[in-house]
Amino acid sequence: MTVFLLRRLLQAIGVVLAMTVLVFLGVFAVGDPVEILISPEADQLERERAIRELGLDLPLWRQYLVFLGNALQGDLGRSFVFNEPALQLIYQRMPATLELALGATFLALLIGLPLGLYAGLRPNAWGSRTIMAGSILGFSLPTFWVGLMLIMVFAVQLGWLPSTGRGETVTILGMRWSFLTWDGLLHMAMPMFSLSLSRIGLVIRLTRSGVRENMVMDYVKFARAKGLSPNRIVFVHVFRNILIPVVTVMGLELGGTIAFSVVTESVFAWPGMGKLIIDSINVLDRPVIVAYLMLIVLMFIVINLLVDLSYSVLDPRVRLESRE
Amino acid sequence: MSISTVAPKVETPFRRFVAGFCESKVAIGGLVVCTLIVLAALFAPLIAPQDPYDLAQLDIMDGRMEPGSVGGAGFTFILGTDDQGRDMFSGILYGLRISLSVGVGSAVLAGLFGATLGLMAAYVGGRTDSVIMRLVDLQLSFPAILAALMILAVLGKGVMNVVIALVIVEWAYYARTVRGSALVESKREYIEAARGLSLPTRRILFNHLLPNCLPPLIVVGTIQVARAIALEATLSFLGLGVPITEPSLGLLIANGYEYMLSGKYWISFYPGIALLLTIVSINLVGDQVRDVLNPRLQK
Repeated sequence: MTVFLLRRLLQAIGVVLAMTVLVFLGVFAVGDPVEILISPEADQLERERAIRELGLDLPLWRQYLVFLGNALQGDLGRSFVFNEPALQLIYQRMPATLELALGATFLALLIGLPLGLYAGLRPNAWGSRTIMAGSILGFSLPTFWVGLMLIMVFAVQLGWLPSTGRGETVTILGMRWSFLTWDGLLHMAMPMFSLSLSRIGLVIRLTRSGVRENMVMDYVKFARAKGLSPNRIVFVHVFRNILIPVVTVMGLELGGTIAFSVVTESVFAWPGMGKLIIDSINVLDRPVIVAYLMLIVLMFIVINLLVDLSYSVLDPRVRLESRE
Repeated sequence: MSISTVAPKVETPFRRFVAGFCESKVAIGGLVVCTLIVLAALFAPLIAPQDPYDLAQLDIMDGRMEPGSVGGAGFTFILGTDDQGRDMFSGILYGLRISLSVGVGSAVLAGLFGATLGLMAAYVGGRTDSVIMRLVDLQLSFPAILAALMILAVLGKGVMNVVIALVIVEWAYYARTVRGSALVESKREYIEAARGLSLPTRRILFNHLLPNCLPPLIVVGTIQVARAIALEATLSFLGLGVPITEPSLGLLIANGYEYMLSGKYWISFYPGIALLLTIVSINLVGDQVRDVLNPRLQK
């Protein structure tokens, strides 16, 4: 287990380093921040001083080393636009994105698991066919368009739900959260639902195929022969085996959900990290783009590690394999 | 005695595939819709009542008209007009052309690129294999939408740039799929025989190995076309995709965003329906193709 963990950690560090180079080079190629940040009326001296202050006069590899050194100390530069540390800017907006992504994942499991179970247990029933058709729709519906349609129906026509912003927030541990107030929940409803739509389809399909594969296995036959009630077989024995792929995929998808909230946040003007990155790309705010990407990469690596670990807890075979 | 003109029905893999595909009525429906959409896009100049790019045909007085109104030019705007007085129906037909060509084009390019790398990884093995697969892992661990966003931020707007971004985002799926089936196939006897004849590697790869890896490649390809179309629409909606001079469906939807709040729903609604129909029909077809070609589900 320790060797397995260590090897995974080393791999992870390698990936992070590779990504710093890629991100740095990629973002470096994005336009010239000097053109945007320094007013065209500035004379040559002022320009040069500004360039020096921003560290843009150094050769590329020196800039990379400076960046890497600072990054190790948790300093990913100051935003050119806000003149605040980039990380701090992102942290301020992180709770908004996190609660949106976690809420969407939770909603997807809440709706997807029962529907998928039903569709798997009665594959030929009329209801199951409807559910499966619906799940294809969930995959196919473009998130941003669903968002627009939700706004049109629930905000413009019916006037039930607010269409923009986070609403009232509660401060816990220095972070502002919306999901603890009624007003905040109302604001969350539409973005959360539109973000969860494709995940619901995913959970339904995973659960259904899991049920169908497991129901014909020997252990189910054995449990039946032993005289266990159908409910116990499904909810205790089969359910546990289905949860493995569902947990893995939803864990892996959490990163994707956070990344994809870029779109949802833009539609609903939800003040999270995603909206920040789109705004930053538009004004070429390099440090914020770099900081955001680095955080996302780190997050993905942590998620992958956690999924691997939870896998080995849920499925003993993985543990045994890694010991060889 | 007349000789029967009906040829005996030989069961070929293709016939078996067609028969399997026709088992699902939904999939046939998807295929019909899909074909209609492709035809509509191909013959857009013949069907559309207006050339949406020709500014001389647009009249600002026709702007933001409801579906069914009759404009200055005398024909009915069955799906309404946008803020420039552009007929939405024509706009959608022309937008479909851009969306479809970007989607199919990027899927084909990514397929060629990914399949070649996947074949090489499986056939050559060793270090080549591990380098390619590391790249695949890296690519797949990063969400497509973000990677595409960054690439477009670097390259700037443009139809070609969107295609490049989509290819970079998608090749890994093909590479992984092809490598998987090529690993199995390359242990078969016919490959051994081809090696024994000392055929050139390129010929073994593309004439012998690749054709036998096609079924999973086709499955991934169909689903990736739908994904590419959706991704392109999303990027264009965010303002990082195609330029305003070549509006795809995503950009049409984005244009209607600001009019949504004042109740002028049709500018965003109908392009969205067209996008939805396209993606759903491709996915329905892809779903059935996967079920038919999946050896695990074959009886």
